Amino acid sequence: MTAIAPDAGQPLKFGRIRPGQILIWTVLLLGGLLMITPILYMFSTSLKTASQVYDLRLIPAAPSFDNYVKVLSDGNFMRWFLNSSFIAITVTLSNLFFDSMVGYTLAKFEFRGRYFIFLAILSTLMIPTEMLVIPWYLMSAQLHWLDSYWGIMFPGMMTAFGTFLMKQFFETVPDDFLEAARIDGLNEFQIWWKVAMPLVAPALSALAIFTFLGNWTAFFWPLIVTTSRELYTLPVGLSSFSDAQDTRWEMIMTGAALATIPTLIVFLVLQRFIVRGVMLAGLKG
Amino acid sequence: MTHGATIGDAAPKGRVWDRFPIRTKRVIWAWAFLALPIIFYGWIRFYPTFQAFWISFTDWDILKPAQFVGFENYDKLIHDPAFWKVFRNTFTYLIIGAPVSLVVAFAVAYYLDRVRFMHGFIRALYFLPFLTTAAALAWVWRWIYQPVPIGLINGFLAQFGIPQQTFLKSTTQALPAIMVTAIWAGLGFQVIIFLAGLRAIPQTFYEAARIDGLGEGAILRKITLPLLKPTTVFLVVFSSIGFLRIFDQVYNMTSNDPGGPLGSTKPIVLMIYQTAFSSFDMGYAAAQTVVLFTILLIVSLLQLWVLRSR
Repeated sequence: MTAIAPDAGQPLKFGRIRPGQILIWTVLLLGGLLMITPILYMFSTSLKTASQVYDLRLIPAAPSFDNYVKVLSDGNFMRWFLNSSFIAITVTLSNLFFDSMVGYTLAKFEFRGRYFIFLAILSTLMIPTEMLVIPWYLMSAQLHWLDSYWGIMFPGMMTAFGTFLMKQFFETVPDDFLEAARIDGLNEFQIWWKVAMPLVAPALSALAIFTFLGNWTAFFWPLIVTTSRELYTLPVGLSSFSDAQDTRWEMIMTGAALATIPTLIVFLVLQRFIVRGVMLAGLKG
Repeated sequence: MTHGATIGDAAPKGRVWDRFPIRTKRVIWAWAFLALPIIFYGWIRFYPTFQAFWISFTDWDILKPAQFVGFENYDKLIHDPAFWKVFRNTFTYLIIGAPVSLVVAFAVAYYLDRVRFMHGFIRALYFLPFLTTAAALAWVWRWIYQPVPIGLINGFLAQFGIPQQTFLKSTTQALPAIMVTAIWAGLGFQVIIFLAGLRAIPQTFYEAARIDGLGEGAILRKITLPLLKPTTVFLVVFSSIGFLRIFDQVYNMTSNDPGGPLGSTKPIVLMIYQTAFSSFDMGYAAAQTVVLFTILLIVSLLQLWVLRSR
C-alpha cells in the first residue's frame, strides 16, 4: 500500500492541487474512518476489562488480552471456530474443483446439450436459498443429515456463480495450448488439471476468496440445520448469546473480533486479489 | 473418476475405447466431467425447487403426512395482517436502503476515483465492513445503540445534552437503526464495483468532452452516468435483492425478540424462518417462499428489460 496508488485513475501532476481537492480528500478520509469505527471499537472493547467497558475512549487505558485467553479456553468457542474453518475450507476446495471442472467442460468441449446444461445451471441463480431450505430440511431429516457437518455443507458444494465465473475465464485459454497437450498424449483430465487450471490461477484465487468468505459468514442455513451447540458454526454460536442486563460486552466483543480476524488477515494479505476479484466478478456477472 | 467411468465393464480395457474417434472420446469425457455435477444440480437445486412449489399447496407440518389443500395457504397469506406488515417492512428496507446506499456509494466512488494520495488505503477503509461477519458485527451495532452508560451514540448525545434514544427497543427507530447497519455492511462492495465501472470508461471520452468545453456537471450527466448504466443497473438489482432478502442483521440485532418490538423490523425472510422452523407450518412457509421467489424474479426480469431497451 504505497502513498501514491499506482492504479489510481490519472497520472500524477504536482503543483496543481486545489483547495477543493484537499476538502474532498479530507471528507473521503473521514468517511472511511467513520466506516471502520465499529470495527475499531470492537477491537478496543475486546481489550478492556469489565469495569472499563463504560469508558468510551477508543484507546483502552490498560489493554489486555485476558478476554482472548478466556474466550479461546472456553471449549464451545474454540469448537465453533474449528467448525467454521473446516466447513469453509472444505466447501471452498469442493467449489474450486467442481466449478472449474464444469466451467472448463462448458467452455472447451463440443457436445450436444452443452448450451442446455449451461442455461440449466445458470437458471439456478434465480432460485433464492430461502425457497430451498424447507425441501433441504426435509431431505436432511430423511437422510439423517441434520446436525452434521455434511448437512451444513452439502447445499454449497457447487455453485452456479463459480461455474459461470470459471467458464468465462476458461474461454480465454487458447485452444492451441490444449491441443499441444493432447498431442503429447495427456488425457482430457490431465489437460484440464495440469495445463488449463494453472492458466486461470487468478480466477481460481478470486473464487477461493469469495467461497471462503461466503461460507465463513454464512448464517441462514447453518442456523436451520444445526441444533446441538457442538456443531454450531461461529456466526450461529455468536447469535446464541442473549442480550440481557448482565451482558458481558467485553467477552462478546472478543468473540466477534475472533470471528473477524481471519477475514481481516485474508484481506490484508490478498488485498489486491480481493479488490480485483470483486471488480472482475462484478463486471462479468 | 477418470477412465473407469468412461469405459463399459464388459469391454477389455483399451480395445473399445481406442476404436472411438477422437470426437466421440471427447464427448464421453465431457459427460464424465459433468456426471456428478448434473446429479448435484438435479438433486440439490431443481428437485427442491419443484418440491417447494408442491409443499406450498399442502398442509404439511412435519408431524402428519402432507395433504393437498390447493390455494389455501396463499388465501391465508393474503388475509394475514402479519404478512402485510412484514411485506411493508421488507419494502421499507428496499425503498430506503437501496437508493441511499447506491447514492452514497456512487458519491464515494466518483470522488475517490480522482484521489491519488492514499487511494488504496481509503478504498480499503470503505471496503473492510463488507468482509465482516453479520452475526459478529450485529453485536457491535447493538452495543453502539445501547442506552447510557454503554452505548456509543447515546454516550455521544449525552455530552451535548440531547435526550436518550431507545433505538432497537423502539417501534419507530428499530427498523432505521438496522437499516443503517445493513447499508454500512454492503456499501464497500458497491463502492468497489462503481470504481471498476468508472475505470472502464475510456479516458478519450473525457478528453473529447473537455475539448468541447463541457463542465464537470455536464460531463457527469452526459458521459459518466450513461456509460456507467450497466454497472448501475447491476448494483440496483444486486442491492435490491439484498434488501429484499435481509435476515442476518435483523435476526442478530434483536435476537431476544426476533423481529423487533411488535414485529416492527421483521422482514419476509424472518417470517419464513419463524413459520417454518418455530411453528413448523411448512406448507404456509413454503407459500411465503414462493411469494419471495416471485418478487425476486420480477426484479431480475426488470434488470434484463432495462438493459435491453437501450
